[in-house]
Amino acid sequence: MAGGDQAVLGGGRVNTLRVGWLFFKVGVMNELQYRVNFFVQLFQSLIQVGTGLVMLSLVYSHTTELNGWKESELLSLLGVQILLGGFIHTFIQPNMELLMQDVQQGTLDYALTKPEDAQILISVRQVRIWQVVEVISGLVLLIVGLTGVQSSIGAVDALAFTFALGIGGVLVYCFWLILTIGAFWVVRMEHVLELFEGIYQTGRWPVGVYPGWLRYSVTFLVPVAFAVTVPAEALTSRLHWPTLVLSVAFAAALFAFTRWFWRFGLRHYSGASA
Amino acid sequence: MSSRAAPLPEEGRLRSLVDFYATQMRTSVVAQLQYRAANYFYMLGMVAEPVIYLVVWSTIARQHGGAVNGITAGQFAAYYIVWTLVRNMNIVFGAPFWEWRIREGRLAGDLLRPLNILHYDLAYFAGWKFVVVALWLPIAVGLSAVFHPDLHPSALQVVVFVVAIWGAYFVRSMFQATIGMLNFWTTRGAAVFDLYMATEMLLSGRLVPLQLMPGWVQTFADFLPFKWTFGFPIESLVSNLSTRSLLLGLGAQVMWTVIGYVLFTFAWRAAIKRFSAVGA
Repeated sequence: MAGGDQAVLGGGRVNTLRVGWLFFKVGVMNELQYRVNFFVQLFQSLIQVGTGLVMLSLVYSHTTELNGWKESELLSLLGVQILLGGFIHTFIQPNMELLMQDVQQGTLDYALTKPEDAQILISVRQVRIWQVVEVISGLVLLIVGLTGVQSSIGAVDALAFTFALGIGGVLVYCFWLILTIGAFWVVRMEHVLELFEGIYQTGRWPVGVYPGWLRYSVTFLVPVAFAVTVPAEALTSRLHWPTLVLSVAFAAALFAFTRWFWRFGLRHYSGASA
Repeated sequence: MSSRAAPLPEEGRLRSLVDFYATQMRTSVVAQLQYRAANYFYMLGMVAEPVIYLVVWSTIARQHGGAVNGITAGQFAAYYIVWTLVRNMNIVFGAPFWEWRIREGRLAGDLLRPLNILHYDLAYFAGWKFVVVALWLPIAVGLSAVFHPDLHPSALQVVVFVVAIWGAYFVRSMFQATIGMLNFWTTRGAAVFDLYMATEMLLSGRLVPLQLMPGWVQTFADFLPFKWTFGFPIESLVSNLSTRSLLLGLGAQVMWTVIGYVLFTFAWRAAIKRFSAVGA
């Protein structure tokens, strides 16, 4: 073998990022074979956006503001929710579905016996690149919504938004993985998808509208509020710095917990042939 | 040898069909009772949807002196809590799953069975409903304790409701199966199914009570099947529909079930001609 392959063959530790990048490239190449799917996805995104807009216009035909949020502000929130949803559908959900399937069929063994960290491997194996259309449609809604917001958006707001969105991505990843790890105990997990999608829809509305018990649930138990509302707050001049700091601390704690829970779950996994 | 073979019990055809349904339903009850956690996952995800609508509309109702278009927060609560039962009832073998059935080669085996595949689906999901409703009861009690629904149905309404949720089940089964036939022609039906679901969402009373829709939308919805699978069953229990509207609604459900069945039969005949088993 050529010397260049030494790293891949175990001569040195393969860089985590490089593994992720390689999987990403393979995933993209796989998806590019199915180009018609782009148009299917485009059409599906249009339907999704259309339904969201109809609901918004219905709500605002009966009121001028919902819990202090005007229509254009809520449009931005919808944009953030769809954008983050697109990110989830592109990178997170396909991997979690694959993990569930692997546990069910016993094929997870193949991932576990590889030299790289198993959690990283199972998190980067698949990418559904056409779902990026959703990210773009969310971004369009966000921009359209923001043009209707009175106050101007400064560089700091935009930065805080991007940062909060990144934190949101980490939170949703952790939450999804925690749910999926349940597959080590509960075999039939396919409905978890519906559970997540259902709960994720709560992010379309500002977390403040929900009654107390539900508000705390979708903030701490299921971090949809942190993932969607906090970034949207950054853009509509509602974000207080302590909230951002809290979300960072929460994301770090949740990530550590997820890491522990993954290892704990793995110890309960006996493989297909064991 | 052949003289001793018993003749097929022709006169018992209906009885054996009833027998078949009863057995298939019992089987699905026993099977689904084993997957209580999976059923609850599904149900909790599903309950999130109406709870969101309920919270949004009762917030607006409170902001505007207690009602939107004459619907109070308590009535919204009744609408969306009954919604959860109706939604559970009208979950059927969905159109996208026909793709799975064809792709995995299951259909080839199903075709060898003596009855049309629709009977198996109808009976299996009908049995499942008994498990689902039993699991739903604690959720309904919880939601009622939190949201205080304003619900005072008459005895007639309760009777009509019990019939109407099964009507909704049959209407939706027929149309989902008909749309499912699309999978025999394309593997990219997802966009069409999404369009169908979005139309249903808006015109059925799933998203909002149809009263909140503009007048022309309501008129439009009257002439389509969607309303009879969501709005009508819910309103038969929560609104003060006249006896005439209640009976007309049940009639509409029968009519749409028949129309759906005829459509399915035509689609199925055309579809099955195109079918060649994977690997054949």
